[in-house]
Amino acid sequence: MDREATSARIAKLIEPFNKKGIAITDDTKFTDDLEFDSLTVMDFVAAIEDEFDIIISMNQQAEIETYGQLVDAVMKLTDA
Amino acid sequence: MTDAVNQPDKPQMRGGGSPDLFSKFDDVIEMRAGLLASGVEDPFGLVMERVLSPTVAVCNGRETILLGTYNYMGMTFDPQVIEAGKQALNDFGSGTTGSRVLNGTYLGHKQVEQALCDFYDMPYAMVFSTGYQANLGIISTIAGKGDYIVLDIDSHASIWDGCKLGDAEVVPFKHNDIEAMEKRLKRIPEGAGKLVILEGVYSMLGDIAPLKEMIAIAKAHGAMVLVDEAHSMGFIGPNGRGVAEDQGCLDEVDFVIGTFSKSVGTVGGFCVSNHPKFEIMRLVCRPYVFTASLPPSVVATACTSIRLLMDASEKRAHLWENSEKLHGALKDAGFQLGTETPQSAIISVIMPDLEKGAAMWEALLHEGLYVNLARPPATPANMTLLRCSLCAEHSTEQVDQIVEMFTTAGKATGII
Repeated sequence: MDREATSARIAKLIEPFNKKGIAITDDTKFTDDLEFDSLTVMDFVAAIEDEFDIIISMNQQAEIETYGQLVDAVMKLTDA
Repeated sequence: MTDAVNQPDKPQMRGGGSPDLFSKFDDVIEMRAGLLASGVEDPFGLVMERVLSPTVAVCNGRETILLGTYNYMGMTFDPQVIEAGKQALNDFGSGTTGSRVLNGTYLGHKQVEQALCDFYDMPYAMVFSTGYQANLGIISTIAGKGDYIVLDIDSHASIWDGCKLGDAEVVPFKHNDIEAMEKRLKRIPEGAGKLVILEGVYSMLGDIAPLKEMIAIAKAHGAMVLVDEAHSMGFIGPNGRGVAEDQGCLDEVDFVIGTFSKSVGTVGGFCVSNHPKFEIMRLVCRPYVFTASLPPSVVATACTSIRLLMDASEKRAHLWENSEKLHGALKDAGFQLGTETPQSAIISVIMPDLEKGAAMWEALLHEGLYVNLARPPATPANMTLLRCSLCAEHSTEQVDQIVEMFTTAGKATGII
């Protein structure tokens, strides 16, 4: 799967969590820009895990701060 | 606590432009200052001046009914328990001054471990200095780098800290969601070690887990299972062994974690297990090895209490009566509760927000009732809770009084 297609699928999943309708770029930060709290993170991660049939462990989540990093991580996990 | 705790850090910057390491606590300091500025008594600074029984203490000069102590079976003042402690103090001294693997294993430590084996009908038991260390030690030691831990998102802090210390891959699932757990188990790479961690009773809302279904699925996926039964020991199940016993799946549990600081009525933690290699834990588990063992008086009181709990079915029945009565009455009075039905000895009353919760907590204290004020981030879904834990020694009259106090305080603070 190419990066653009992966990003498009993730962008769709993020919509219900993007309450303020912020424009999302690769540099958008989940905690600072989208104001995700720990509960939102859990629900959002679960949605992505189900969509791509992968596990993003908390250890991996700790390394993901921006939207771009998430897309890269999902690319890597679906590739494996 | 002193006033200094209410002041934001100063100076903000230290020499060479380094930040004050305490500046990360500013949000908590502010939250606390805001709460106290509203004039309420400090909910996290209560002192028990005298303790009259498992259910009554003197706080701020007032006689207060205790409804937030986890002292489920009321063993703290049992005459046999106290006598055992005194005897051990006389015979073995005030402390062991050593690790369990060096000079810190006394006769009493072996006796309390045998009492646990008998209580749970399991071959192995290992006693830690606290319940926190039992989770920290067992989890971090058995699940290491490359292993996967699948756990409920509402797990206790000691479980999370054990996960972090052990460096395993940590995969949480939505609270009590069987399907979410199974999906995650299925996705774990082939050949990786798997540990599923569940709790019998979740202490914030007092709800229980569907252990039977969850453990069957965990086993079908080749996972080992650890269940924390801290809030169910002594009370739930025909022999008080916990929720797994009650649901008929204790045999399938690889590790039961428990504590002496609730139903047993002292302090300490433990793990009981069927695993044939379990004894090796004593040499490889750092939170067990690198700390002093429990004082002789503590293990003696624990041992006596555990043996008494084996034969406590009348007390268990009365505690259930108390739980059902309080749950029903608070619900009828119009309070919003954490569970639809009484599932444990914990009844959680949901507050609209922290400010109202603190006001209600204070109003109850003035009425002469102590409950726990639980606030985010310790609570699920960022709720503010007044958590009530009942005791088998609460009389029916005390439960009636508790309901009256709740109703009076609830009306005064506008919650009902």
